Amino acid sequence: MERDHATRTYWIFILIPLAVLTAFYFYPLAKVLWLSVTVPTPGFGNYEKLLSSTAIHNIMLTTLRIGVITTALSLVIGYAIAYAMLQAPPERRVWMLFIVLLSFWLSVLVRGFAWLTLLQSRGLVNTALMEMGLIDTPLPLVRNELGVVIGMVHYLIPYAVLPIFANMQGIDSRLVPAARGLGASRFTAFWRVFLPLSMPGIISAGILLFIFSLGFYITPALLGGGKTVMIAEYVAVQIMEALNWGTGSMLAVTLLVGVIALLAAVSRFANLREVFGAKS
Amino acid sequence: MTAANPSGRRGASTFVAWIGLLFLLLPIAVVVPVSFTPNRYLSLPVDGWSLRHYEAIVSEAAWRNSIGDSLLVGASATVIAVVLGTLCAVGCWRISSRLSEVMRFLMLAPIIVPSIVHALGFYQAWVQVGLIDTYAGLIIAHALKGLPYVVISVSASLANFDLRLEQAARNLGATVTQAMYRVVVPCIRPGILAGAVFAFITSWDELVVTMFITSRRVYTLPKKIWDGIQDNISPSVAAMATVLIVVTLIGIVAHLLTSRRRQDAT
Repeated sequence: MERDHATRTYWIFILIPLAVLTAFYFYPLAKVLWLSVTVPTPGFGNYEKLLSSTAIHNIMLTTLRIGVITTALSLVIGYAIAYAMLQAPPERRVWMLFIVLLSFWLSVLVRGFAWLTLLQSRGLVNTALMEMGLIDTPLPLVRNELGVVIGMVHYLIPYAVLPIFANMQGIDSRLVPAARGLGASRFTAFWRVFLPLSMPGIISAGILLFIFSLGFYITPALLGGGKTVMIAEYVAVQIMEALNWGTGSMLAVTLLVGVIALLAAVSRFANLREVFGAKS
Repeated sequence: MTAANPSGRRGASTFVAWIGLLFLLLPIAVVVPVSFTPNRYLSLPVDGWSLRHYEAIVSEAAWRNSIGDSLLVGASATVIAVVLGTLCAVGCWRISSRLSEVMRFLMLAPIIVPSIVHALGFYQAWVQVGLIDTYAGLIIAHALKGLPYVVISVSASLANFDLRLEQAARNLGATVTQAMYRVVVPCIRPGILAGAVFAFITSWDELVVTMFITSRRVYTLPKKIWDGIQDNISPSVAAMATVLIVVTLIGIVAHLLTSRRRQDAT
């Protein structure tokens, strides 16, 4: 009797947040799904544009291309930072971690603003180069794909460093010296022993980064200058400027389905709760 | 670690690492000096410096009000997220069946779903019930965005909490609610606190949903910064950005110091 009562209370604990989430979160998401098949006319007309519209093809290609490029760059730089952190003496490691955390927590808008200040045509980099007489006309560093990639890589690096570093800390530090003792060169010991052992960290960080990069909005909107448009910004433009809820909601659903499909594929060989830090 | 692992390829990878770290610092290294420029346009303070842009953010009502709105929305959203998230984490922990696993996964949705997708949803739903451009509307949306972080961090600290303590409290006559308040919650306070910090920062820095469901009445700091960048980039944005950088800096130093102290204690 008493146990039943307790169990009931704990079920209520679960059901309250579930009810709130359903009413205020899943219902709104369902509305987006519903709109995508009912506006402007019922049916899958909006989804046909995925096949027929060149504009949408270009947006999707741009999004995927930027996603792949930024993920790859962030992984390489992030791996190098994590590796250096692993080998650094404790004092220096704290400083490195400090820099990574500072940039991890810094507002996305502050960073976008900073990159604009640096890279725009009358920005600090171009002004300096012109005053030095190295160039006559400003270099196109921002309001294009280059600017978007720079801003996004900057955003993503900490997200690469932290899980990769956590994974590296779990690798037995005697293995590389053992390989060296058995005659492997430094490079071979790294390439054949350390790198394969750190692969799980790289893969789960890479997937997280790629999924994450597909939905970027603020950074591409600030640094792409309306010329390099990724899917999230395109959705916003469809709705805020063109008032085209049909296409906008269809693309939002497509983005969501893409993200969920990637996660489902990933869950076959990585523990999702680990990827999302639930176990840290 | 250096001694234990002397065989890494120091040269090239260390070089890339330091370039990467400098790259991470670059925006900060730029914004801070620019905020002290005496000019009305973005520039480095070459001939002298001034605090005029800091005066501007203090004296301009728009900046002050936006900070007030962000604090109000952030604090309220955090309270809701902490209450709901803690309830959910404790319930799932105590019941632990397949269903509670599913629950915990559903709670992650606001992290997994891209912002633009739920921004559209919030807009559509809020229009229906008249929550557009209201504090309540933005607070609910931000609370839901912060909820997963609370569930994650409270679940993590519950994993280290001995279930028998709660049972002992109840055997000694405490009701479920009493056991929760006086035994469970005090023990998982670090997890709750961490979740609260995450939830607050999520709201404090949130812009995509805010852009869709607010216009004039509710005007948060990110919105003000966004408009400041779009209209004409004035150095007062740099001054505000510098303030945010300093706040972030203090937060991280405090975090590193407390976590070091905790390590020393154990």
